[in-house]
Amino acid sequence: MKVRVHIMLKKDVLDPQGEAVRHALKNIGFDEVKRVRQGKVIDLEVDDGTEKNRIDQMCEDLLANTIIESYTIDME
Amino acid sequence: MKAAVVVFPGSNCDRDLKIAFETAGFSVEMVWHKDTSLPSSVDIVGIPGGFSFGDYLRCGAIAAQSTICSSIRAYANQGGYIIGICNGFQLLTEAGLLPGVLLRNAELKYICKTVQLKVDTVNSIYTGGYSFTDIIDLPIAHHDGNYFADSQTISELRNEERIAFRYVENPNGSLENIAGILSPNRRILGMMPHPERALVDAHGGTDGAILFRSMSPSSMSI
Repeated sequence: MKVRVHIMLKKDVLDPQGEAVRHALKNIGFDEVKRVRQGKVIDLEVDDGTEKNRIDQMCEDLLANTIIESYTIDME
Repeated sequence: MKAAVVVFPGSNCDRDLKIAFETAGFSVEMVWHKDTSLPSSVDIVGIPGGFSFGDYLRCGAIAAQSTICSSIRAYANQGGYIIGICNGFQLLTEAGLLPGVLLRNAELKYICKTVQLKVDTVNSIYTGGYSFTDIIDLPIAHHDGNYFADSQTISELRNEERIAFRYVENPNGSLENIAGILSPNRRILGMMPHPERALVDAHGGTDGAILFRSMSPSSMSI
């Protein structure tokens, strides 16, 4: 079974990498871009029937730092 | 007195930290991340700088889940002394032993230079050898040293005088110019600058030696 975890910096945490990407887009003519936030995608292959709460626990324990990051989980 | 220095794959300041402890009169045992316990009767645990586990996922995140970290947590809960430098500081925040987190430097660049720090409290075994508001010179070498915590944590740190060192000129975007903080019981110190790289004149400065010399049997009462 495939699971995809999206990890993003929380709204109130500055994202200097996203800001640098926005600048670079502007420099090559993409003036319409107002804001860029950069995150991570982690694909997991887990045993069939794995409960979502196990994935939540993985995020809480290791995959995300919930002081600064939020996560969402897509299960197939 | 006995110190344990923890070594992870990718640690690169472990032997410098060993020498720093030895110079201050400690006997030192190196501990591997797969070890299941700390040496008996250690007086302090040192977590060195470097790039544990290649900084994969987040700096210090994987090291914070390693086998030895269960023992380090237990040691901390018993009131043990721990100093984490650079990657060691990142690990202590990831392990939940110090509050906050170290983000990517605001300018996105790896910074390697000597900076000035203000000693913001002398009430700890680490800073007792300095004078309050002393300005000292220590090297920094990091990509992720931008200290961040919520406003409540920041005011707790300030009110409880748990900010050990502040940058005189903020190099990385850290809130409140924070370069190093103490745990609530003042026994755990995390700091981004490298005192173990400022021990002898040949290092270009000796201000770090004072930190290690501050730790004496009389100041450490376990």
